[in-house]
Amino acid sequence: MDIIHSCFKAQIGEVVLPGDVFRFDVSSVEEDSRVKAEKIICGPGLRRNGDEILVYKSGVLRYKQPNLYWIESQQKRYVPIKGESVIGIVTAKSGDIFKVDVGGSEQASLSYLAFEGATKRNRPNVQVGDLVYSQFIIANKDMEPELVCIDSCGRANGMGVFGADGLLFKVSLGLVRRLLTPQSEIVKDLEKIFPFEMVVGLNGRVWVKAKSVQQTLIVANLLESCENMTAQQRRALFKKVAEGAL
Amino acid sequence: MSNDGSAKLSKNLLRMKFMQRGLDADVKKQLEEEEKRIISDEHWYLDLPELKAKESYIIEERSYVPCEDLVYGRMSFKGFNSEVEKLMVLMNAPKEEEDEEEEKDITRMDTDITDEDMAIRYGSLVESMKRRFGKKRERTCLKNDDDDVNRNAVETHPKKAFLKPQD
Repeated sequence: MDIIHSCFKAQIGEVVLPGDVFRFDVSSVEEDSRVKAEKIICGPGLRRNGDEILVYKSGVLRYKQPNLYWIESQQKRYVPIKGESVIGIVTAKSGDIFKVDVGGSEQASLSYLAFEGATKRNRPNVQVGDLVYSQFIIANKDMEPELVCIDSCGRANGMGVFGADGLLFKVSLGLVRRLLTPQSEIVKDLEKIFPFEMVVGLNGRVWVKAKSVQQTLIVANLLESCENMTAQQRRALFKKVAEGAL
Repeated sequence: MSNDGSAKLSKNLLRMKFMQRGLDADVKKQLEEEEKRIISDEHWYLDLPELKAKESYIIEERSYVPCEDLVYGRMSFKGFNSEVEKLMVLMNAPKEEEDEEEEKDITRMDTDITDEDMAIRYGSLVESMKRRFGKKRERTCLKNDDDDVNRNAVETHPKKAFLKPQD
């Protein structure tokens, strides 16, 4: 196992580019009996190609205990991935399924039965243009992605149609991930300003709602400006807003 | 069935179910073998070298969620939407260690009913149970004793006994 780790170790925290290859001597790996028990997980940005690992996104190589490697990259295009929660916009109703725009290359389908408490008789009230918070149950590169608004136990857990008022806007996928990291600094700074509600989809869509339209706009603008700011700049700006300068 | 008769019948006919009752064991065996040979001849197989089954030690994971431990996507702050705040607690909770949770549960069970509540409840319970099992006479005297709580049951009245009449 150390053989595999050693080929990554030098690059952790460094910038890697698409086409870079991580190669290790397979014959020596096979001799190592511990390999069978331990496996290596290559996360987003890394792809297995036979016995070597290819980089297919440009960014920084990250490592997490015990055996997880991935590329932290900055992008705007969303590619559906199974299990991820996203914000979709219902674009069409056709018989049994809704078509939902999630920002991917293809529209996702959403069955009318995939809502909490929905039966054949009791259809959910979903209109064209509604926002749905839902997760991917099928996301293959060769197939139409499919969404559901329930978990495996049949509960909604906050998924489904939302957002009567509020504002939806798009940010980069990197910013979305920064918002969703546990104990995110941006969120911590933001929640001090005033009460508001936020839905963050991994597809780069963010929906916010505060008490008034003005406050909603302030939150949205602050979030958008977080994209290209250092922590110091952000704190200074948030302080100004909290004092009522905006 | 004579030998001449069976020779005339075709093999395909003899292979049929209803013809096999009258056949003797040798012919039956022969037919079965032939059948097996035909089946194995007709089986298709790929003319490829055998695959070396290697267990892959690399697993692909395409989502960022397990890598960066991303949290639940719905958030509400300062009580703007209390339902969402409950959900946030629920959805972000399982990442904590289980031991901690168990400890929390135990403390919660303790604080469910405070010690004072317990004392008050048992105090009144003891009283009422005592009353239930006591005799009517004792009950009346208990009523009198109600004023001082800590007093032990002291028999104020001498025990009644049969007095023998004097001659």
